[in-house]
This record gives sequence, C-alpha cells and structure tokens, in this order.
Amino acid sequence: MKILTLVRQVPDAEARVKINAQQVDLEGATLVIDGMDEYGVEEALRLREGGANVEEIVALAVGPKRVEDALRTALAMGVDRAIHVETDEKLDPIALSGIVAQVAQAEGAGLVLVGGQEADWDSQALGAATAERLGWPQLTWTNELKVEGDTLTGRHDVDDGNESFRASLPAVVTTQQGLNEPRYPTLPNIMKAKRKELRKDDLATYGAQPRVRVVNSEIQTRARLNRMIDGKDPQAAAQQLLELLRNEAKVIA
Amino acid sequence: MILIVAEHAGGQLAKSTLEMVTAARESGREGPVTVLVLGQNVAEVANAAAAFADQVLVADLPGLATYNAEVWAAATAQIAQEGEAHTVIIGGSRSGREYAPRVAVKLDAPYLEDAIALKANGNALQAQRYTYLARVTETVEAEAPVIVVTVKPGSFAPAAAAAAGEQYDVELDLPAPRIEVTGRSLEKSSRVALTEADVIVTGGRGVGSPENFATYVEGLADRLGAGVGATRAVVDAGWRPYAEQVGQTGKTVQPKAYVALGVSGAVQHLSGMGKSKYIVAINKDAEAPIFKVADYGIVGDVNQIVPALIEAARK
Ligand SMILES: Cc1cc2nc3c(=O)[nH]c(=O)nc-3n(C[C@H](O)[C@H](O)[C@H](O)COP(=O)(O)OP(=O)(O)OC[C@H]3O[C@@H](n4cnc5c(N)ncnc54)[C@H](O)[C@@H]3O)c2cc1C
Repeated sequence: MKILTLVRQVPDAEARVKINAQQVDLEGATLVIDGMDEYGVEEALRLREGGANVEEIVALAVGPKRVEDALRTALAMGVDRAIHVETDEKLDPIALSGIVAQVAQAEGAGLVLVGGQEADWDSQALGAATAERLGWPQLTWTNELKVEGDTLTGRHDVDDGNESFRASLPAVVTTQQGLNEPRYPTLPNIMKAKRKELRKDDLATYGAQPRVRVVNSEIQTRARLNRMIDGKDPQAAAQQLLELLRNEAKVIA
Repeated sequence: MILIVAEHAGGQLAKSTLEMVTAARESGREGPVTVLVLGQNVAEVANAAAAFADQVLVADLPGLATYNAEVWAAATAQIAQEGEAHTVIIGGSRSGREYAPRVAVKLDAPYLEDAIALKANGNALQAQRYTYLARVTETVEAEAPVIVVTVKPGSFAPAAAAAAGEQYDVELDLPAPRIEVTGRSLEKSSRVALTEADVIVTGGRGVGSPENFATYVEGLADRLGAGVGATRAVVDAGWRPYAEQVGQTGKTVQPKAYVALGVSGAVQHLSGMGKSKYIVAINKDAEAPIFKVADYGIVGDVNQIVPALIEAARK
C-alpha cells in the first residue's frame, strides 16, 4: 500500500496575526507544518514501523515556493518522497481536494492522511471533500489507527463521544492531537532528506479553480476590563468577585 | 428553495435547527425555507420542524437510523437536486462539517464553512467566519447556482415558531454505509449543555486532580447553575470526558460569563471561549496568558480561592 500524506504550512500558533489590505499578511511570520497534518505524517511512519504493508509514503503540498520547507520537514521525519504543486493561488479546501484526489489516484495510494482541522482557515473540509472525489469512505477526528491487510480499525471522535470503527481500504483518514506524538527530525535525517526526491508539479495540470473569494479579513478583539483582584485574602477576593459579577457584569443573580 | 438539514437527537429537534432557520431567513436569499428531516421514527421531529419552516421534507427510513457521512451526503444532495435548492444549509456540528463537503462536491457547489453571518449580495452569498484560531473574522463570498453552507452553532438566534409548514414524505436512493461502528462511548452530561449555558465554569490542569475537579469546578458550577467545561490537557489526562472540552478541537462557547480555574489560556483554548461576554480567570501565575483576555482576574491558588467562592456564593 502507498500512503499519501498532505502537508500544509501555517503560521506558528503563538505568532501574532497581522492584517494588510484586508487580508492576513504572513510576511515575516514563522511558518510551520500544520500540527494536525504532522500527526498524519507521523502516523504514516508508525504504520510502516508497526509492520503494516506500506510500500511507500509520499508527502504532498500545494502552495507557494516556501512550502518546500514543510515538505523538507516531512522528508526529514521519514517520508520517502515529496510532491510540490507550486502556486501562489489561494485554493479553498474544496478546490484543493481536487488536487489531492488526482495525486492519490495517479500515485495509486490506498490511504490518504490529512489533518482534521486547518490551523489557518479553521476548515475541516479537506479530508471529506477528498474522500468524496475519490469515492472513498472517510474517518475523521481519528485518535487511534491500525491497518491489517486491507482492514482499517481504530477510534475517532463523533458529535458526543467517540466510536470504534472498522472499514476497508482505500480510505481517507483525518488526524488530530492524541493520535501520536510527532518525532523531531534528527540531524542525519535532515541531511538524508536533502537527497530525497521533491518533485515539482504545475497547478495547470490539475485544473483546480478556487470557488470562494476572501472579501475581507479583520482582527476583532473584544476590549477586556482586565480588572485584577488581590488574591491574598481569599475570602475578600471571593466576595469582591461575586459582587462584580452580580452588580457590574450582571451575569449572575 | 433554501434547504436546511435538520439536526436532532433523541427524538428532539435541536436548537441548532432553529438557528439555521434564522440564518436562512436573515440571508436575504429567496424562496421557501424547507427543512429536511433525515432519520428513522422522526415523526415528532418533523412535526416540531413544521412550526418553523415553509415546508418539511421527511425521509423516515431504516437506512437513516444512524448517522453516516456518505449516506447523509447522498440523501442531502439528492433532495437538493430534485428540489432545485440554490442554498443548502447544514449544521456546523462535528458531523455536519464532516458530510457537508461531500454534498458540495456532489453538487459541484462552493462551500462556505462554519458561517457566523450570512448575507445575499446580488446573486452571490457572503458569509462571515472565524479563521486563524478565531483571531480573525473573514468575509468570504461565492456565486454559483447552488451553494452549500454550514452554520456555526450559537451564532444565530433560534427562530420563533411561525407558520404551519406542509409535510411531505420523500423517497431516497441510499448507498450502503461502508464504515462499521464496532463500539460507541457516548458522553452524556447531566448538566446544562455547554453551548446553551449562560455561565460556564472550566477547569484546567491547575485544578490538580480529578477529585479536585469535582470539588472545585463542579462545586462552583452547582452554586452558579453553570455548565462544566474542561481544557484539552484535562481531557487528555482522562479526568473529564471529551464532551466537556472547550477549544479548537472541542466546543466553541459564548456564555455570558466564563470562569476559568487553573487554565493557562493557550491559543487553542482561547479560540473556543474567547468570544464569551465576561471572562474570569483564577490562576496562581500572574503571567498566565489567560489574564490578557480576562475581565476579572485573581492571582491565587484555586485550592484557597475556590472554596471561598463556593462559600460566599452560598450566602
Ligand atoms: C492541534 C491542537 C489542538 C488543541 N486543542 C485544544 C482544545 O480544543 N482545547 C484546549 O483547552 N486545548 C487544546 N490544545 C492544547 C493547548 O495547547 C494547551 O496545551 C491546553 O489548553 C493547556 O491546558 P491547561 O491550561 O489546563 O494546562 P496547563 O497549560 O498545564 O496550565 C495549567 C495552568 O494552571 C495554573 N495552576 C497550576 N496550579 C494552580 C493552582 N493551584 N491554582 C491556580 N492555578 C494553578 C498554572 O499556572 C497554569 O497556567 C490543543 C493543542 C493542539 C496542538
């Protein structure tokens, strides 16, 4: 089986978000692999290390030149080769899923791993849209995964709890925190990764068109009162807090 | 027509369905507001929905007894096509956001995900949504013969009962589900649902232990008639069920008051509660990021402050 794992690049969660000309401006921001995708890369490696029949692990990224960094990280973690569809175009998840599905098909992948939620667009759509394009089932919010032959078993979160599941490959799995702890690339592996294949593809090959336009972006922060209460005397602090909640904020009776 | 897929559980129409009706009516998109009820033995749900919609389509079928993304997507797309819907509105729950993208692909439609506001702009539809861990509000726009939308729970006021909509039974060609559910662990809390609570008391790792969580967090919540929330750290440690998790990968809440006990205030947590009206933080570390978003803060030990709070609230 071949595994295709998607890698997106997002600003570091702790980084400040800037807006310029009504759009988020990433100039100067620290960019990292989206954490949710990193769980996917790690899981692909663990499936192979755990004895599943994994022929090859391929990482895919779609985006500008800089996205190569995220692919190099995936290569250094241990994936075998990478594909970079280079474009400055902003593709919404439904458009992006068209590319992921075409690559999965061209590569003959049996399992596609995608992060469960994007840390920049807060979207959960990519895995499901990719699965639909491929005509495959999808397992979202997965926090436990096993592959034996063609059978996929594991556990994933649902609306009000979690479910254990069984399904047959091929399938799309979306990954999240709790599934594993991603490894850090070691120096020798970083060196080795430099010699691994990183193929460049042209967006035009895939005919993907964005269907959603970003009209405006703004940072709206609610002004907070930032009123600090001295905690040295717990009784007095508790009394004061309750009074504020009752009389000033009027949020409790 | 505007097609809304009803959310319901345990034979009850969910509040989110009424929120979607408001979203549909406020959007300025034309045509009857139609609610589609998918499930088995859903007559009561359909009756409840009829009080809010222009019409209700009912698919009461054994194949819809339990939710499955592929089945729900096929059913929704089929009805949208037959009814020539120009707008399909689906709930922004975990399951809704799981099958809505499949509906969009099936209908070759653009997808506006997790909308907090909706407005027609000529033939186009504009939606507002939060991005970058809810730090940015984006306005996005799409124009197409049919557009699929998910609506973030709690973003619209629930619709009030209006007319008696006609009910129609619909036939569906359903695919066989390909995922076998081999076990289920549902986390039902007996407390006020987090997304509906006016006040939420949330405990973080700083609370110290599952026992302390019960004494302090549940104890204070009981005094204030509040819902109970937890951070991911607490859920991962197995102290509390996932159903209580607030944040990027948990629930998004917007209560009048959010009381955070021993919570550091990581960005992933803030993204789920940062829109609360008043935020209260109790943390022993004056530098904890939670204080930056707090309206009222106490630097102190939860072991001392919370018992005093519970005692004071009793009076
Ligand atoms: C992809 C991803 C998704 C995530 N999703 C979520 C999510 O949905 N929700 C979420 O909450 N987190 C989420 N996280 C985790 C998040 O980054 C933090 O790790 C988590 O919120 C920390 O929880 P905490 O504040 O309870 O614990 P800690 O960070 O350990 O903080 C404990 C706090 O308690 C204080 N404290 C300790 N003892 C006391 C005492 N006796 N009295 C008073 N204060 C005390 C400490 O000063 C500290 O500030 C996610 C992370 C990732 C990477």
